[in-house]
Amino acid sequence: MSLSSDETILSTPLDVERIRQDFPILATHVNGKPLVYLDNAATSQTPKQVVQAIADYYNTSNSNVHRGVHRLSQVATDQYEMARKKVARFLGAPLVCEVIFTSGTTEGINLIAQTYGRQHVGKGDEILVTHMEHHSNIVPWQMLCEEKGATLKVVPVDEKGDIIFEEYEKLLSPRTKLVAAVHVSNALGTVNPVKQMIEAAHAMNIPVLLDGAQSTPHMPINIKDLDVDFFVCSGHKMYGPTGIGVLYGKGKYLEAMPPYKGGGDMILSVSFEKTVFNSLPYKFEAGTPHIEGTIALGATVDYLNAVGMVAIARHEQMLMNYGEEALQAVDGLRFIGQAREKAGVISFVMEHAHPHDIGQILDEHGVAIRAGHHCAQPIMKHFNVPATARASFAMYNTKEEIDALVNALHAVNKVFA
Amino acid sequence: MSDSRALYEQVILDHNKDPRNFKVLEDADHTIEGFNPLCGDHFTIYLNMDGETITEVAFHGAGCAISKSSASVMTTLLKGKTRKEAEHLFEKFHAMITSSPEVPVDEEGIGKLRVFSGVRDYPVRIKCATLAWHAVISGIEGKDNAITTE
Ligand SMILES: Cc1ncc(COP(=O)(O)O)c(C=O)c1O
Repeated sequence: MSLSSDETILSTPLDVERIRQDFPILATHVNGKPLVYLDNAATSQTPKQVVQAIADYYNTSNSNVHRGVHRLSQVATDQYEMARKKVARFLGAPLVCEVIFTSGTTEGINLIAQTYGRQHVGKGDEILVTHMEHHSNIVPWQMLCEEKGATLKVVPVDEKGDIIFEEYEKLLSPRTKLVAAVHVSNALGTVNPVKQMIEAAHAMNIPVLLDGAQSTPHMPINIKDLDVDFFVCSGHKMYGPTGIGVLYGKGKYLEAMPPYKGGGDMILSVSFEKTVFNSLPYKFEAGTPHIEGTIALGATVDYLNAVGMVAIARHEQMLMNYGEEALQAVDGLRFIGQAREKAGVISFVMEHAHPHDIGQILDEHGVAIRAGHHCAQPIMKHFNVPATARASFAMYNTKEEIDALVNALHAVNKVFA
Repeated sequence: MSDSRALYEQVILDHNKDPRNFKVLEDADHTIEGFNPLCGDHFTIYLNMDGETITEVAFHGAGCAISKSSASVMTTLLKGKTRKEAEHLFEKFHAMITSSPEVPVDEEGIGKLRVFSGVRDYPVRIKCATLAWHAVISGIEGKDNAITTE
């Protein structure tokens, strides 16, 4: 598959106008104003090529996978497995069978907590997370710690929004059974120094799980290069469909882990005396999977490869620099999170208006942002704010849209200041 | 067509900027916390009662303009009211802001609270407008637990 035109590699800078043609939803008007969609960290929009892949699946190959000798089942199975290969290559996974499809980041983390976690974490052990985690990388570990009598340890974050690396190193101990860290923070945009974090953990034989929900859409990912042990992400944050996600795990861990859910597909044979589990990756894919979502995720990866993740990262970095500069013109605006390296997100508060009210007024101007705690209440507390307003970028956003954001923020001040 | 000028009435903006009875009452008879997990609004409501009658209401905390001004306006209305009267007023208020924006506002007995009628066009803001009220009602009913709008 390719972009709308026949070119497969776009020259940089991105041809944003052409990319926008692939996203019909961007032509929406809100209150008579053109939609300015800056809530990509919550859910990104989906190109028509991916929507077409979903329609094609239902129109030409809808059938159950891994179960039939008939033609359609074979076609569906081939497409399903092809998507796994595409995703594996896209993420730089060493082996295709180490890629497991889930319903999303949240399920991926819960899967690891309930299998690897329950198997390895015992009384007095520790799980290490950072202060900037999404609730989905906090709560499953709290539940596990509660059950096992283990302790959740937290890597502190400084006033800029960077983890304090020396403190991280100090917290790694023989009791640490897993480091579970966000790659890119959805609340602050911080890009964590994950390579160094992984090296430090591996030096003590501690495996690392990365929450890649916000890194996957914004930068090239190479799991092999990172040498990360577990990596999870969500389709709907990387221009793909909802309800589909990826869990990568190193084979040596996945092999030793017990299954997560029991059912069809995850077994080789079942009798009432004994069940033999299937091999990887099927051991972790019980029941009829999200076939259409998986195939569409494969199409998403095709699209992203055609545009180029390096070009996307560069474009978004340009938007971020432009945005941080432009937003300084807004009276009483204060950035929350100014880490050394950031991706895709500008989080801020305003002296005279609560984020919820900012979001409301912006909506009236057609500008969609997120207002709230971003499912990351601990880091909100660290910055002593109940909530922030967050603009988050995608490949299809433009400088003009940031100008529209700034104008709308001036209008917020007109009402409240 | 939503025009937030209709939502952010002058009275609302005024109470947001300059909230009334915005203070901590150290030895209040009832102290109730109200959370709105969706947007992080968090207020504490303080309530003094003499038998059936509310003698003092104050609040403190942080929240959006709607939740803060609603709490503020509420404190100005409840002083001197009986438990029953307060409950009745909340029922009226709740009925108004959850009524259809298509029908005229039922003004009877609603008084100053009418300024919140714009909330009818923004269903997600109903929780903001009722947060402090829910807290006060659980307080006068003797339930001093934290409440949430979920
Ligand atoms: C950093 C991060 N982790 C995890 C999640 C959860 O993703 P999902 O809801 O797709 O499972 C999100 C989504 O907001 C996120 O931003």
